[in-house]
Amino acid sequence: MSRYTDKPAEQSGPQSESRRDFFKKGSLLSAIAFSPGAVLRAAENKWDEKIADEWEKIPVSLTVNGAPYQVKVEARTTLLDLLREQLGLTGSKKGCDRGQCGACTVHVDGVRVNSCLSLAVTNDGKKVTTIEGLADGENLHPMQEAFIRHDGFQCGYCTSGQIMSAVALLKEGRTASPEQISEFMSGNICRCGAYSNIVKAIQDVKNQLS
Amino acid sequence: MKPFQYMRPTDTPAAIRVKGKEAGAYFLAGGTNLVDLMKMGVVAPEKLVDINRLPLRGIEVVGGGLRIGALATNSEVADHPYVLEHYPLLSMAINAGASPQLRNMATTGGNLLQRTRCSYFFDPTMPCNKRVPGSGCGAIDGINRMHAIFGASEKCIAVNPSDMSVALRALDAVVRVSGPAGERSIAMEDFHRLPGEQPELDNTLQKGELITAVELPAPVFTKNVHYLKIRDRTSYAFALVSVAAALDLDGSRGIRGVRLAMGGVAHKPWRLGAAEEFLKGKTVTEDNFRQAAQIAMQGAKGYSYNQFKLRMAPNAILQALKTAAAIV
Ligand SMILES: Cc1cc2nc3c(=O)[nH]c(=O)nc-3n(C[C@H](O)[C@H](O)[C@H](O)COP(=O)(O)OP(=O)(O)OC[C@H]3O[C@@H](n4cnc5c(N)ncnc54)[C@H](O)[C@@H]3O)c2cc1C
Ligand code: FES
Ligand code: FES
Repeated sequence: MSRYTDKPAEQSGPQSESRRDFFKKGSLLSAIAFSPGAVLRAAENKWDEKIADEWEKIPVSLTVNGAPYQVKVEARTTLLDLLREQLGLTGSKKGCDRGQCGACTVHVDGVRVNSCLSLAVTNDGKKVTTIEGLADGENLHPMQEAFIRHDGFQCGYCTSGQIMSAVALLKEGRTASPEQISEFMSGNICRCGAYSNIVKAIQDVKNQLS
Repeated sequence: MKPFQYMRPTDTPAAIRVKGKEAGAYFLAGGTNLVDLMKMGVVAPEKLVDINRLPLRGIEVVGGGLRIGALATNSEVADHPYVLEHYPLLSMAINAGASPQLRNMATTGGNLLQRTRCSYFFDPTMPCNKRVPGSGCGAIDGINRMHAIFGASEKCIAVNPSDMSVALRALDAVVRVSGPAGERSIAMEDFHRLPGEQPELDNTLQKGELITAVELPAPVFTKNVHYLKIRDRTSYAFALVSVAAALDLDGSRGIRGVRLAMGGVAHKPWRLGAAEEFLKGKTVTEDNFRQAAQIAMQGAKGYSYNQFKLRMAPNAILQALKTAAAIV
């Protein structure tokens, strides 16, 4: 299923006469202000001329939680803002907006990152997983269940980031000891101090799996 | 964040051409430093040249040494089996920095070029010669707890915050760059610079130059190494003081070779040459290590809030050497 948050016609429809004329006449650089998406793609091999203007919306195709999206964003839009503001996926939280708290943690191509420091345009063609994509229908992910079982949160603001980090941590195999778990979960700050229960939740899931 | 133009070249010459031509153009790698600085209004690029599609991500063993592509992420380098086995000091230093999420994004080239974390630099309402040359140094008579004790100038007492660079300095890495005038190599020693009269310059890169790789010489220090990082909390904080220590020991605990470098103390990764000279040919004893640490502190100068580093640094050197040599 493909979802569009912007009107798709402008990007995916056939090129108009005037646009083709423009290609002949002007450089890509000047054309870009008029027909951003198509030109960006058409110029795939002419990168030194392919420049998106300050206020231009740049097309980005990405898969989020298994669903393909085609969106247009300003170059300065972060992945976190794209997810929250444009795609309505507000599970990823904005804590510091500067890489200092981990509340915005998502997986990009299977690897955990801070979405607040990642520009959305750099994620073109990538697969993103957010907290909304962990559950299998009505069934919560084992890590989500373990956080509930062990009271791995109080206010819950950091929780989606903690869970996304914890799921990645298991995959990375950094769960040998409570110390190793704490070290490799250190990119997720919890102002409520639920740390010890978070470690217990992670150990629980690790033991279930082994 | 101010709006900017954006482009995403797929070949290296195109990237260099644009950057070389336009003063307001910046390369974008992992973005973990640049995007932060743009949000804070510390830098306002007119154009970002996204280099993430350039073919610079590989990590290869070449001629006995290792070539790390500029776009290899900090995680990819730290977890690389060859690095873990042959350059364990580099893995330790990288893993002591930032967080797992940030290390997944941060690149080798970007890490080398990350700016100082001096709070005056980060705050556009404050004076800072590094951000606005001539505006003065807020830190020199201000809150300078995190600041330099070696090699500072009256213009700037900021420190280079990179952990990775401290290990690269100790291991005599070479930075490969490509620019409008062609390719060249810069030894780590000459890559970062002291503030002197021009604190706005962190390094010796020329206009338009792109880091393409970092090269490590054939491995020597594979066993007796340690990266000790002292910080305000156990993890996910910048160094107050850090020490990279590497020893090459013979069968009777004689010191055949030694490398020592510090982070958090200067405008560049600080190599402890005199202490290395002192230790070479001696044997592993706590007393020798203690003397080496004292020698390393010659010329150190504290400011109002960072006097504690004058004691913390030699203690850290001693401890790092002891751990590297496995004396308890
Ligand atoms: C909260 C937080 C905590 C941190 N803690 C630590 C820590 O404890 N220790 C530590 O060492 N670091 C720490 N960091 C810093 C982190 O390591 C750097 O931000 C990161 O390494 C920068 O790499 P990047 O690829 O994201 O660079 P970018 O942000 O993309 O770029 C940084 C600079 O380098 C330039 N650049 C990038 N690549 C190239 C290239 N190939 N050639 C030429 N120019 C290039 C860019 O133009 C830019 O000016 C922390 C960062 C944050 C946000
Ligand atoms: S919001 Fe991204 S790390 Fe805090
Ligand atoms: S549960 Fe409140 S911040 Fe972690």
